[in-house]
Amino acid sequence: MKTKVVLVACGTAVATSTVVAMAIEDAMKEKGIPVAIRQCKATEVPSLAPDADLIVSTTPVPDNLGKPVIKGLPFLTGIGKDAALDQIEAALRAG
Amino acid sequence: MSNTLMRLIDPQMIFTGIEAGDANEVIALLGGKLAEQDLVTESYVEAVIARETDMPTGLPLGEINVAVPHTDPEHVVMPAVAVATLTKPVLFGNMEDPDEKLPISIVFLLALKEKDKQVEMLQAIAGLIQNGSLLEEMTAAADKEDILALLAKAA
Repeated sequence: MKTKVVLVACGTAVATSTVVAMAIEDAMKEKGIPVAIRQCKATEVPSLAPDADLIVSTTPVPDNLGKPVIKGLPFLTGIGKDAALDQIEAALRAG
Repeated sequence: MSNTLMRLIDPQMIFTGIEAGDANEVIALLGGKLAEQDLVTESYVEAVIARETDMPTGLPLGEINVAVPHTDPEHVVMPAVAVATLTKPVLFGNMEDPDEKLPISIVFLLALKEKDKQVEMLQAIAGLIQNGSLLEEMTAAADKEDILALLAKAA
């Protein structure tokens, strides 16, 4: 399987996206899906989206990016985390 | 996780029973403490408040909601975290839906310099955020010694 690029966005690209990025990286490694994680600010998403396979964001991003967008908040709160991981896995396997 | 937190959170930066009228007041109070210790620049509080208005950091957790205000590294001198438990919740915007306001009972004000060096702290805080019963006990804590005891007990 080709390495998939996951764009992980939050407000400042230092705090919340770091936690989300680590959680996704670990979980996808376990599932045997090779991923390259790129952290960015939410404002940078539109310009970086073309090079990504999937976008995970803890803050709202535009919905016309042409790439699947998954909410990243479950990785901070723990609420709905398994469902979010399933969504990510499905999107990466489909892409 | 809590051992990590106890190592990373300066007991001097834990404040219980804070009374504040709104989110800005909590940020100014905690940020002022960080500034007193020269951990952040003079511009830090204003930058956090501006960022919070634009992209809020309230996390919907159910009973006890937490906010993690922070801003760009250029306003930070040394990585640090300040914690406040509030006697009465104040409203912060929801990170996922900024128009929605959440009553917040615990605030972790983050001063972050380089993301790679603070992964441990961020993960420890994420672990704490996901421990609902610990958060509940934290809001009932009378002083910082109580908070430290809770963190030690949870370790």
